[in-house]
Amino acid sequence: MKLMSADASVVEVVYESDLKNVEAAEEVVHRVLTSLNFDEEEQHRIGMAVHESMINAIWHGNRSDPAKRVWLQFFIYDDRLEIKIRDQGAGFDISSVPHPLEPDNLLKISGRGIFLIRSFMDDFQVKNVPGEGTEVTLVKRRNSNTDINQGGLHREHEGHNTPG
Amino acid sequence: MSMKATIRQVNTVTVVDLSGRITLGEGCTQLRELIRDLLSKGHKSLLLNLADVTYIDSSGIGELVSGFTAVSNQGGQLKLLNLTKKVHDLLQITKLLTVFDVHEDEAKAVASFDKGTAAS
Repeated sequence: MKLMSADASVVEVVYESDLKNVEAAEEVVHRVLTSLNFDEEEQHRIGMAVHESMINAIWHGNRSDPAKRVWLQFFIYDDRLEIKIRDQGAGFDISSVPHPLEPDNLLKISGRGIFLIRSFMDDFQVKNVPGEGTEVTLVKRRNSNTDINQGGLHREHEGHNTPG
Repeated sequence: MSMKATIRQVNTVTVVDLSGRITLGEGCTQLRELIRDLLSKGHKSLLLNLADVTYIDSSGIGELVSGFTAVSNQGGQLKLLNLTKKVHDLLQITKLLTVFDVHEDEAKAVASFDKGTAAS
């Protein structure tokens, strides 16, 4: 579904909490990014950030509960693309996620998803609303250079709240 | 498309040609069980050929790390062959290029294994 707001075009898709829908979301991302002329490398980076966010929402947030939904929204501005992914889970404290590049964490099996999202996007925000769920916002400037943001150097915009 | 694996023996090294997606769920489970099965059969020199891996996510990367640790803990070696640019970039960003022994030439990769960790 595509909507128009005052200053942005909005595309919204709602998914059931099934990991199979991660690939479905990837296809939507690909279509949106192609229409915005992002090159292949940026499409991969943004697509991967959405992939990791969708997994967080479905698997960690909603715990694959079929009664819960995930909202994927694209806000297309002239100068940037904002992607919001919202779940109905209990939320998480992002400050408790260990940095995967620390020597003690290098060989850990998990903990790289948030790091990759930060690396691939220009901005990343997390908003936990107790009793409602978690919404992450991924921002990519349009026509910006494609330098990788070293995953954690730009944390000043996080708006996370520890639930409960 | 989920992950597929073809196993072949080159001298003393077990080469696993992987293709498809290594992501949370089926792909990661398949890879975990594959490595566990190979280790249980005494294959301790594993060379994972990632040339045809089309997509790998953070969970897939974690599964590679898990395999590396499992093989190392049994005195074996797990190495990587033919990384695509996307996989190479991911391992670089996550500093795992400092962990894995990565090769672009299969013959040289096979020759690099210690003889002591060969398949029984």
